[in-house]
Amino acid sequence: MFKIIKREEMAEGTVVLNEVEAPKIARKAKPGQFVILKANEEGERIPLTMAETDPENGTITIVYMIVGKSTALFKTLQVGDSYQDVIGPLGKPTEIEKIGNVVCVGGGTGIAVMHPITRALKEGGNHITAIVGSRTKDLLILEEKMKQASHELLICTDDGSYGREGFVTEALKDVLDKGDTQMVVAIGPVPMMKFVSKMTAEYGVKTIVSLNPIMVDGTGMCGGCRVTVNGQTKFACVDGPEFDGHKVDYDELMLRLQAYCEDEKRCYDDFCLLKPEYAR
Amino acid sequence: MAEKAVKAKKEKIPRQPMPEQEPQVRARNFEEVPLGYTPETAMEEAKRCLQCKKPACIAGCPVEVDIPGFIKLIKEGDFTASIRNLWSKNSLPAVCGRVCPQEIQCEVVCIVGKKGDPVAIGNLERFAADYERAHGSGALPPRAKLTGKKVAVVGSGPSGLTVAGDLIAKGHEVTVLEAFHKPGGVLVYGIPEFRLPKEIVFQEVNFLERQGVKVECNAVVGRTVSLDELFVEEGYDAVYIGVGAGLPRFLNIPGENLIGILSANEYLTRANLMKAYMFPEVDTPIPRGKNVIVLGAGNVTMDSARTARRLGADKVRVVYRRSRDEMPARTAEIHHAEEEGIEFFLLTNPTKYLGNEQGRLTGMVCLKMELGEPDDSGRRRPVPIQGSEFELECDLCIVAVGSGANPLLTQSTPDMQLNNWGYIEADPETGKTTKKGVWAGGDIVTGAATVILAMGAGRKAADSIHQYLTWGW
Ligand SMILES: Cc1cc2nc3c(=O)[nH]c(=O)nc-3n(C[C@H](O)[C@H](O)[C@H](O)COP(=O)(O)OP(=O)(O)OC[C@H]3O[C@@H](n4cnc5c(N)ncnc54)[C@H](O)[C@@H]3O)c2cc1C
Ligand SMILES: Cc1cc2nc3c(=O)[nH]c(=O)nc-3n(C[C@H](O)[C@H](O)[C@H](O)COP(=O)(O)OP(=O)(O)OC[C@H]3O[C@@H](n4cnc5c(N)ncnc54)[C@H](O)[C@@H]3O)c2cc1C
Ligand code: SF4
Ligand code: SF4
Ligand code: FES
Repeated sequence: MFKIIKREEMAEGTVVLNEVEAPKIARKAKPGQFVILKANEEGERIPLTMAETDPENGTITIVYMIVGKSTALFKTLQVGDSYQDVIGPLGKPTEIEKIGNVVCVGGGTGIAVMHPITRALKEGGNHITAIVGSRTKDLLILEEKMKQASHELLICTDDGSYGREGFVTEALKDVLDKGDTQMVVAIGPVPMMKFVSKMTAEYGVKTIVSLNPIMVDGTGMCGGCRVTVNGQTKFACVDGPEFDGHKVDYDELMLRLQAYCEDEKRCYDDFCLLKPEYAR
Repeated sequence: MAEKAVKAKKEKIPRQPMPEQEPQVRARNFEEVPLGYTPETAMEEAKRCLQCKKPACIAGCPVEVDIPGFIKLIKEGDFTASIRNLWSKNSLPAVCGRVCPQEIQCEVVCIVGKKGDPVAIGNLERFAADYERAHGSGALPPRAKLTGKKVAVVGSGPSGLTVAGDLIAKGHEVTVLEAFHKPGGVLVYGIPEFRLPKEIVFQEVNFLERQGVKVECNAVVGRTVSLDELFVEEGYDAVYIGVGAGLPRFLNIPGENLIGILSANEYLTRANLMKAYMFPEVDTPIPRGKNVIVLGAGNVTMDSARTARRLGADKVRVVYRRSRDEMPARTAEIHHAEEEGIEFFLLTNPTKYLGNEQGRLTGMVCLKMELGEPDDSGRRRPVPIQGSEFELECDLCIVAVGSGANPLLTQSTPDMQLNNWGYIEADPETGKTTKKGVWAGGDIVTGAATVILAMGAGRKAADSIHQYLTWGW
């Protein structure tokens, strides 16, 4: 059992943060790696990136958006409750090198995934410009932490309620136009990563993205997480989750994420009838 | 003369059939298909064994179960003594009685089978184990004096469990590390409930735990902890690797990433480990195809096809590029599949998958094949017939064309030698790898094989590990 020792709601309750006791994982985890969690006996195995790890206290922190039944079920867990299973650390860690000027683009809960990577890149001696975006002001998460993890933080909201109005790609374009960017890391919704990659390809700037296909085991034994990168099939859980953004087949990934949408909707609707207060 | 007369009399008892759920009924549920012997039928069947002086059957069993011995005890109605006899060679008789390919191992060489049907060794083994589970005292086997030595067993499949059972009895401290959230390996995530109820596997694991084996799930060796750390940081004296052959193989033909194409590993894991056939009572979904194609011809193929049938498919077809003679699945399983209405499309090879705009599978293009010269495996090689393309419709395709070695653990251990296919090099007699203090066995050494072979490898390695812990490498 993996006990929750801290719980916070963010972005008007659409995003939840849990700090969970998992000493073995906390000791091993590196930025960019994820865990798989299962709430209870009947639960699904859900992959989530570690937003923070504390090897001394033996805890890991996850930040997740409520999108369906399983994440809504996670939201019902309170401090003192436990996840039945937490497996990890899984996936390859981010390659942290000193490259120079790096732009970290995060959207939605992708900001939580981006935070430890941004911090590690900064500690690794890079100059970091972070660009974070959300639909509206109240949905923006981890602003303070991202400010600390970067040298410069640009905020965008779709409706202009905070920071600059518009998509992260517009802010990114201005930064790229300066011509001194060596690398871009983009983590967020698939369409965001697709458009960021398209733009950086025009500028010829190396781009890393973190992919989130549907997973089961997370150890390379099922092949459910397969993605096409550079025309080849890769298993995101062991070969990734980070890949060269210019080579990913995003359209295929978007389709594959819809594989169970009808079942998921049914499962979620049932849950919402039972526990409306935990719905998204 | 007298002996001959006795034999003739014994042969009159026909092989006792095992009652089964009716095909139409079972094709819609996940309960076990064969229902087991009663004590009476078991004792009747046991009478058919001739108690040979030189029993051919024993040589046919990879772990050399004392077959006439345990059968004699069943005949005498001493089921408790019978199971003790079985346990001395085989720690998982309830499993082996169900899933061993007896028709090519112990039963094929049984002398009674020379004229008529062989003794139902598997059914009797299953009976003894089931009887013990239902009526036994649950008493634990004796344990040798504690040695203070620590052994880590990586992987909780049949080979790992065998090593754990043998070494705990010899007085060592044993911890089983399993990547999944439940122990049992393929017995739990692969072989379906209707062939091997999971309750049996959990009871076997529980039995080991009661003897003192620690089972640590959610421990991915190579990620959560490395092989070297097991020695250096966690203080283990020896490590056994029984991680199986868990890497799914695909055909690598166009369209393979369409929605509706799953590896058998994924499909069966969803169904068995995650119990997705109970969705939405459990949270993990599984695609329920109406028109399903399963590629391959082994046990895994049959299990996938029969699972698809139970999940409500109207039509399930097995597509295989060779002919019926080359199908590696157990005869009984092919037979069960046919009874459940599964069709076979033999000498057929898919070349391309077809999909719609939503990225969902709608069918596949196949080529007709004919058999040519034998290949390396001794089986006749299938060759495509030019211009024989045709289309098969389907909305779900399960790829069950074999598996390979998962590199997750081995890639981080350069000082352990692998063969060209990524399997671990281990001494066939002892299971020793090229890395000091590390043994390996089961599918990760041999490639996908059988439960009993994995257990046999575990037993040999346990002996060797015990020697090492007593005398040194
Ligand atoms: C490596 C990795 C890291 C991730 N990190 C985070 C994170 O830090 N924070 C966060 O909010 N989300 C993260 N995700 C996505 C998260 O796993 C899904 O949102 C979650 O599984 C949805 O489950 P659900 O039952 O609530 O929703 P569902 O109703 O099951 O699904 C809603 C949508 O989520 C996606 N999804 C469903 N099941 C899975 C699955 N098993 N794996 C991946 N996606 C799935 C599909 O697009 C689906 O349409 C990550 C995914 C991966 C693969
Ligand atoms: C669907 C199916 C049907 C079959 N039917 C039959 C049959 O009827 N009869 C028969 O005799 N054989 C059958 N087999 C074959 C048989 O199940 C295998 O040969 C046998 O299970 C191999 O045992 P093993 O102990 O080597 O590995 P496995 O049973 O594969 O167990 C390996 C375990 O190690 C774990 N693991 C893997 N990597 C790691 C890691 N890095 N760290 C920690 N744990 C790890 C895995 O999760 C797994 O639990 C079947 C196989 C399948 C897939
Ligand atoms: S273990 Fe398998 S091969 Fe050996 S006697 Fe039992 S059923 Fe036959
Ligand atoms: S060969 Fe057949 S008859 Fe002879 S001992 Fe074995 S099971 Fe009995
Ligand atoms: S999640 Fe199963 S192979 Fe990646």
